[in-house]
Amino acid sequence: MGAGFRRYSTYRQATVAGAFTNTVFGFLRCYVLLAVAAGAGTATVAGYDPARLATFVWFGQGLLAVVLLWGWTELADRIRTGDVVADLLRPVHPVTRYLATDLGRAGHAVVTRFVPPVLIGPLFFPFYVPHRWTTVPLFAVSVLLATVLCFGCRYLVNATGYWLLDIRGPMILWALVSGVLGGLYFPLRFLPDALVVPLWVLTPLPSLFQTPLDVLVEIDPTPRQLWLVVLQAAWVVLVLVLCRVVQRRAERRLVVQGG
Amino acid sequence: MTVISARGLRKEFTVRVKVGRLRRDRRTVAAVDGVDLAIERGEMVGYIGPNGAGKSTTLKMLTGVLTPTAGDISVCGLSPVRQRTRLARRIGVVFGQRSQLWWDLPLRESFELLRHIYRVPPAEHAARLLRCRALLDLDEFLDTPVRQLSLGQRMRGELTAALLHGPEVLFLDEPTIGLDVVSKQAVRGFLAELGATGDVTLMLTTHDLADIEKLCRRLLVIDHGRVVHDGTIEALHARYGSRRRVVVELESPAAPPEVIGATLVTVTPLRFEYDLTGATAGELLVRLAGLPIRDVSIVEPDIEDVVARLYTGVPVTDAP
Repeated sequence: MGAGFRRYSTYRQATVAGAFTNTVFGFLRCYVLLAVAAGAGTATVAGYDPARLATFVWFGQGLLAVVLLWGWTELADRIRTGDVVADLLRPVHPVTRYLATDLGRAGHAVVTRFVPPVLIGPLFFPFYVPHRWTTVPLFAVSVLLATVLCFGCRYLVNATGYWLLDIRGPMILWALVSGVLGGLYFPLRFLPDALVVPLWVLTPLPSLFQTPLDVLVEIDPTPRQLWLVVLQAAWVVLVLVLCRVVQRRAERRLVVQGG
Repeated sequence: MTVISARGLRKEFTVRVKVGRLRRDRRTVAAVDGVDLAIERGEMVGYIGPNGAGKSTTLKMLTGVLTPTAGDISVCGLSPVRQRTRLARRIGVVFGQRSQLWWDLPLRESFELLRHIYRVPPAEHAARLLRCRALLDLDEFLDTPVRQLSLGQRMRGELTAALLHGPEVLFLDEPTIGLDVVSKQAVRGFLAELGATGDVTLMLTTHDLADIEKLCRRLLVIDHGRVVHDGTIEALHARYGSRRRVVVELESPAAPPEVIGATLVTVTPLRFEYDLTGATAGELLVRLAGLPIRDVSIVEPDIEDVVARLYTGVPVTDAP
């Protein structure tokens, strides 16, 4: 875990640039969503008032780099070059080792990428302060689960490299689907229930992004909040097991690239 | 005690070959084709063969990275593929063309991480690191990120990384590839010292035969996936008929005498060369007394020549 933290702390300029970009896009998304909500002419849209919407956007901007929806191709790169051999020669299961590194990376992102947009947003927009004390620890747990879940999904996308070598295709598909159906572009509750409920239960996507943010802005009463987090945890277990199964199958057919 | 053993080891890869415009045929290629090995504790074994002979593939199967198509392997009493993570604690591996260090971190931090990954007690770790630092001259680049190291520096770092958990078996796949003379010597000296302790079993693949001559008593030669020689370097010379050569240079032209047990190979007016086929160099010199000799030199057989002949398809029969 420490390794992940330290590796990312090497690249300071990239961190600053990333935090800046997150903040700029925070303004854009916030203006657009608030304009849409105002256009609807009602006090709330799908349960979100302006303060909740703004908080949803700004915490979402902060979470983006913590959960790290896109841009992780380390495993796929190592498969393509054959360096994955070194991972297999460690006395730790590759999924466990990559997860530990990823949590270190996420820890670094919490400090450097989560905090700036979350501090800047409320200076310019209304801010929703949680009313129930349970919400804050639940949000923390939910973010952790989302990070692990997202790691698992990214690992699976990367692991297609064992078969395909070039993962640009699966990666583009993943970026598209995870952004739209994870709740990054707009709160998923804007969609009709008939669509949202199956999406939430049958796919891990809303658990990546929508769940922690909805927990934070208290859209649901406490029991429902809790259930969403339990659902997240179930997806984490399922996806991590799947990672191990895929890894084992991959090892059986592994061809080390480049001699 | 046998540390590494393999019986009937085989690895096949499927390649698709283009046939006609659209059709592709699947063809099976055996990279390793029935290799048998038995290596005792403390042995230093050189594993050589031409490009594509199956050296690295064998090593990857012995370390548990690749699953063999057929055959049995046991390393340190473990089955490499099934018990790979357990085996990983007991072996050290260096692939000369790959890095197992962390690209973004300085060596010092990489080593510290490895201590955690392998759960090595701090005192043992410190002692081993100290020894490597002294023998491999690591101090001047211990705080440089790995991506900025030169190849020779990185390789010394890789060797250290492979040894910090005190492995019983060390697999080295071309550890001196691309290194300059000084770095090569440092690496060889270090490995020789390691081998001298007798605790570590070492299996080394290389294309630089000087590595083998300096380090390994035993030599395994593999070609087309099969072991074609297993024995000492001397045995290899004997088998492929390498001879010591005596070169005689003269002050003035003279005819070379016929000598029993020595074959004349080249004759020029002022120089001739004999291959010793039974006679000793001393016996030959006695027969040459009386010639106007300016200089005599004895050339030891060159292992590169023997191996080149082996690789280029001098018919290989089963061991004599």
